[in-house]
Amino acid sequence: MTTYIIRRLLVLPILLLGVTLLIFGMLQALTPIERSALYIRDIPHNDAAVQGIIKRYGLDQPIYVQYWRWLVGQRDSQTGNWIGGVLRGDLGWSRVGAQPVISLIKQRFPATLELTLWSIVPIIFVGIWLGIQAAVHHNGIIDQVARVFSIIGYSFPSFVFGLLMLMLFYAKLRWFPPGRISDWAAAVISSGQFRSYTQLITIDGLLNGRLDISWDALKHMILPILTLSYISWASLLRVTRSSMLEALRQEYSTTARAKGLSERLVINRHVRPNAMIPAATLAGFQVIGLLGGVIITETVFTYPGIGFAAAQAAVQVDVVTVLGFALFNGAILILANLAVDVLYAFIDPRVRLS
Amino acid sequence: MTATTAPEPTIAVPQILGRSHRKIGRAERILGPENYRILRGLLVTPTSIAGLVLITFFAIIAIAAPVIVPPKSAADPYKIPRDGFSPDPKPLMSAWERNAPDLPFWWKPIMKTDKWVHLMGTASGQYDIFYGVIWGTRTAFKVGILITLCALIIGITMGAVAAYYGRWVDMVLMRILDIFLTLPFLMAALILAAVLTPRIGRSTYPIMIALVAFGWMTYARLVRGDVLSVRERDYVMAAKVVGNTDRRILLKHILPNAIFPTFVLASMDIGTYVLSFAALSFLGIGVEPGYADWGQLLSFARNWIPDLAKFWYIVVYPGAALILFVLAWTLLGDALRDVLDPRLRGSR
Repeated sequence: MTTYIIRRLLVLPILLLGVTLLIFGMLQALTPIERSALYIRDIPHNDAAVQGIIKRYGLDQPIYVQYWRWLVGQRDSQTGNWIGGVLRGDLGWSRVGAQPVISLIKQRFPATLELTLWSIVPIIFVGIWLGIQAAVHHNGIIDQVARVFSIIGYSFPSFVFGLLMLMLFYAKLRWFPPGRISDWAAAVISSGQFRSYTQLITIDGLLNGRLDISWDALKHMILPILTLSYISWASLLRVTRSSMLEALRQEYSTTARAKGLSERLVINRHVRPNAMIPAATLAGFQVIGLLGGVIITETVFTYPGIGFAAAQAAVQVDVVTVLGFALFNGAILILANLAVDVLYAFIDPRVRLS
Repeated sequence: MTATTAPEPTIAVPQILGRSHRKIGRAERILGPENYRILRGLLVTPTSIAGLVLITFFAIIAIAAPVIVPPKSAADPYKIPRDGFSPDPKPLMSAWERNAPDLPFWWKPIMKTDKWVHLMGTASGQYDIFYGVIWGTRTAFKVGILITLCALIIGITMGAVAAYYGRWVDMVLMRILDIFLTLPFLMAALILAAVLTPRIGRSTYPIMIALVAFGWMTYARLVRGDVLSVRERDYVMAAKVVGNTDRRILLKHILPNAIFPTFVLASMDIGTYVLSFAALSFLGIGVEPGYADWGQLLSFARNWIPDLAKFWYIVVYPGAALILFVLAWTLLGDALRDVLDPRLRGSR
């Protein structure tokens, strides 16, 4: 077990290197002066100043020198301060956010985290439950409905689904508004009486004894959660269903039936635990993947998380910001893969023994 | 593709003797038994028939677009004609007031009037939605087919080269592939499209290039696997013994026998690419405002979220077109999975 985890940890730096290479590669599509946004706030307009900046930050150096400096930073030849370096967390200056990219990420991350946490239950449990039902009633009505649902779910673009939800539940019924919080609640939160312990509004509301604020935040999240869930359900349902069917055909299921166990016990004790492994893996990836920000869904509901910020920056061609978000996203995904792999080894003895 | 239609072992003997009872048609002889089975499977499965019917329907619309709604200027038909510049959308069937394009031929006989109207209303900026939906079908096909084709060519080249040369070539190419897989598809494409837009201008190209750049990896993996298995066959050995060059063996002997499944699988991805294209275009990246593209049309709805109950037509018509288009390809792909792997029939 330990060797497995160590082996897995050794791959980590290689993957991180891959992400940085990819993002640095895309950074090269910018001109040297545009790349100076990694170090400075305002790009000057006269040529002499531009040349000075390119020299000062080594933006005319060979590419491997630039890559190294981009990773670990460099000493500013004029002030002597250590500047830049994505490994130090300095991702450059965000024109759109009018602040350093890293503080923009810090500011937006709680919203994304909150959305992710609330999505866990509907995505994982409902998705897997649907898959199990489809498999247990193989070729029955539930199965057919599930299949149709999953085909439609695959084809239904999340932004069209989101717009339709908004049309019905916001424009028509006025139940669930877009955004993260209502104006009155935002005013309460920014007032002195409300203490933000976690930055997660639903939890802070509880801790402050303001249930109305928690409820308001939750109301804003219901439609995004629904949108995220139905996308995941389509694939989660399929994987759960097919691995359940696979397990039902195994010899250990036949043995269990031959022992005289009821079908219910066969499924609950013998089939489901084995079939859960691929489903749990996929569900894990899907949920942790949300932490990197969900571009489309957050944008449709103007939910101020990481994905919405990345989309805004991309539209306004603030490349340094977008790449900063991408780096963050890539790092999260790699850590998520690691976490899921390790968990996988806990669940499935075959993995750690191989 | 382990189990084919599973012929009994005894049948193999008469086949070798040339006395098979099954008639082998011309198509089967050209395509080979396995490829023929895949194609035939696609033509007899109900889901794929439904998909094919829908695709044909869209194809007819795309081909007949200039007849259904004649463009305002033939040089730039993808530009949606505007009826003024007012930001408020206009409802269905309201009359064209300014700049009305030519009447389509079918309008007068049916409606007995020569006043052209906005059949599906207008979006903000008075872009005619009907025109956008019809010509958007053309954009969808154009974009989907081009992206798939380019991604496929890159993928096949990479996969085939990696598998055939093996060793360090394989190692390097597969690591490059891994690097391209580190970021989620849409995020990666979003970034690349955003980087490219100021370089090559607003058009369909930035998004298309971005989707190709991050779309080829699946095909490379598939082709690599198939080439690896074909490479060990006796006829490849024979070709080598005769003294053929590597390139000739790869192009003439291995690839034709290895790429068909990948090719079919890739064609099912057209729907996915059109969806991703529309998603990025919805965010406001790539094409210029007013380009006939479903994602672009849908993005107009973002300005009217609180009033969507009133302006539902901005979402419903382009949305329905997009959903049906993608659904058609999903249906086809669903059937294909069953055909490729009969063992899993109905289990996915």
